[in-house]
Amino acid sequence: MPVTQNLRNGAWRVVELLTTPVVPADYLDVIAPLRNPEVLRARIESVRPETAKAVTLELRPGRNWQPHQPGQYVRLGVDVDGTRLWRAYSVTSAPGRADGRFTVTVNAVEDGVVSAYLHRHAKRGMLVNLDLPAGEFLLPARRPAKSLFVTAGSGITPVMGMLRSAVHELPDAVVVHSARTPEDVVFGQELRALAAQGRIRLIERHTRADGRIKAADLADLVPDLFERETWACGPGDMLDDLAEHWADAGAGERLHVERFRPTVLVAGDGGTVTFERSGTVAEAPAGVSILDAGEAAGQLMPSGCRMGICFKCVLPMREGIVRDMRDGSLTTATELDEPVLVQTCISASAGPCRLDA
Amino acid sequence: MTTLQRKDVNPIAHLTPEDIEAIGRELDAIRDEVLEKRGEKDAAHIRRMINVQRRLELGSRAVLLFSFFPPAWLLGTAGLSISKILENMEIGHNILHGQYDFMRDPKIHSTTWEWDSASPAEQWKHSHNELHHKYTNVVGRDNDLGYGIMRVDEQQKWVPAHLGQPLYNFINAIFFEYGIAAYDLELGRNLKTKKRRANPAFRAALRQVGRKIRRQVAKDYVVHPLLSVPVGLAFGNPLGALFGTMSANAVASVVRNLWSHSVIMCGHFPSGVETFERTSITGETRGEWYLRQMLGSANISGSKLMHIMTGNLSHQIEHHLFPDLPASRYAEIAPKIKALFEKYELNYVTGPLVVQVASAWAKVFRLALPNREKPKEIDHSIPPRHPAAEPATV
Repeated sequence: MPVTQNLRNGAWRVVELLTTPVVPADYLDVIAPLRNPEVLRARIESVRPETAKAVTLELRPGRNWQPHQPGQYVRLGVDVDGTRLWRAYSVTSAPGRADGRFTVTVNAVEDGVVSAYLHRHAKRGMLVNLDLPAGEFLLPARRPAKSLFVTAGSGITPVMGMLRSAVHELPDAVVVHSARTPEDVVFGQELRALAAQGRIRLIERHTRADGRIKAADLADLVPDLFERETWACGPGDMLDDLAEHWADAGAGERLHVERFRPTVLVAGDGGTVTFERSGTVAEAPAGVSILDAGEAAGQLMPSGCRMGICFKCVLPMREGIVRDMRDGSLTTATELDEPVLVQTCISASAGPCRLDA
Repeated sequence: MTTLQRKDVNPIAHLTPEDIEAIGRELDAIRDEVLEKRGEKDAAHIRRMINVQRRLELGSRAVLLFSFFPPAWLLGTAGLSISKILENMEIGHNILHGQYDFMRDPKIHSTTWEWDSASPAEQWKHSHNELHHKYTNVVGRDNDLGYGIMRVDEQQKWVPAHLGQPLYNFINAIFFEYGIAAYDLELGRNLKTKKRRANPAFRAALRQVGRKIRRQVAKDYVVHPLLSVPVGLAFGNPLGALFGTMSANAVASVVRNLWSHSVIMCGHFPSGVETFERTSITGETRGEWYLRQMLGSANISGSKLMHIMTGNLSHQIEHHLFPDLPASRYAEIAPKIKALFEKYELNYVTGPLVVQVASAWAKVFRLALPNREKPKEIDHSIPPRHPAAEPATV
């Protein structure tokens, strides 16, 4: 009804006037942060340890959440020591829970700022920011007759999401999982129980004792492996090895891989700055501000005080690492982060940087 | 005040260029210490402030639905005044300085924040962060010296219109948020010639301010008052409710204006604060910039509540040294800053609010009249050490 629509729009404009210069949702945040229609958040409802290093977080997503498909990941924005950092975690629960909740399992990795923080500080009631589920690491609607899952470490997480929702639809599923020790196997009990019930064939490999598994060795464990639709998730070198092996066998299209994106950037001195919108590429050596380097390369740069106090020169960095020329502090933006606004007048690149400008 | 470069007794005569750079290094070290600690505590502070302010505002506005009832009017107006002060000072001013940009929260970021003031954040950031904080107290460069309507330094040229400046200052205090909007627009300069009036950039800025003011006025003087009318009707006093809420909003805004005007006057106008010649900042080093901020600002002494209600502008000196550090850290570093002043025998200007406001007002009155004596020649050897080529143009 256009009339009611107009009335509703009119009424909403009045509500917006009541709260100007901020938006009504900002006041809603004070009372019900999960109801905000513009900012998707989730509340941690429970924290359950899986292994010495891994915890499962049960999350209650806020308004405008969309259910995931098994195998997908979500990006979580976690305030680590006051700064919001974004990381991707595979959803480990099956979709369609009545309470709308889902779980992610976080493995505290070495140098992992966010995973270490969540491992130590996540508790019931904590809010995290959330993005909608994403990822193409999925089971097809027509379930394969024969399937194989090759995982290592926290690479089991998306596969667990798949098994929990579809194991009864996978008549012949083999899981080859590597972890350092039997105790390090995330979801070890549950996987072993599935195996005991005969729903999956589980091959556990404990790398501390037996060393890492090679793609070439897999045929000994799973003779019909190239007949199987295969999903693999784990460290990059393992996935490279598998991809090469499958390609050599001409079975490349049967292998689906999920790669973890790098989140640790190493600082160097200087680096190429790419302005993605204009296509300008500037070489920015150490000790030269991105502002100066950009201007020298012909990029139209916003600028103000040119001494780091007015924040007029900030540009969004999609990915990269910069060093504050005043105090040497580093700011990084990974592919998973929301673009990080950096002050170009006092920042020098400390590695390749991609700017949204 | 007279610019430092024309004073009979130069307060930094005892400092060598090496001393000035040493001061800069010591300040950098203090800054590094704060950066090291900056984090969760600061994020929690600003979130708590925003939360408290929004609850206080919602509560006060709810009480003002009964504004026809005098005690409710009083309570609601008091609450709303405090809420508006918090929103402008401890929250808006500090977020717009980028103090909380490190949080990477798009809701609490200098590029996205908008405040309850007539001036759009974007325009204020330009005139305040970019100009005032860079050119602090440089006569002819820093328009905060008298806001373009007053003469607050002997070196500013006297014209007969300055006779009225105590009155202008009082009117400006009452309508301070509009004064700031006009100031950010550089209204005086931009209305002067036809060409300037027709400048598209100026016209766009004007429209932006117009839109902001329309919405602010509609909120405080139309929508909220109308919202209390049904409650008034239920109690048989709809007009009392309408005008009660209207006047409550007006009073709260004026209280906020008077308060912020007073606090801001205390930042750079009290006696003991130095001003600088335009030529003195040519080739200025980081140490010299720091020194200018130290000499060009004044603090207000008081309790923790005073610091929060002033948005920590009571630590104006610390704020001008480190405008991008979270303001709640200023009190923490103030003893170190003060010690640095003592070590280098510099004057850390501070005093209670009443004394500082009186001192600033005294200057407004005194400089309404022309100078009694002709000013001394500029001493070009006072920072930077090399005489500037450009002649003084004041």
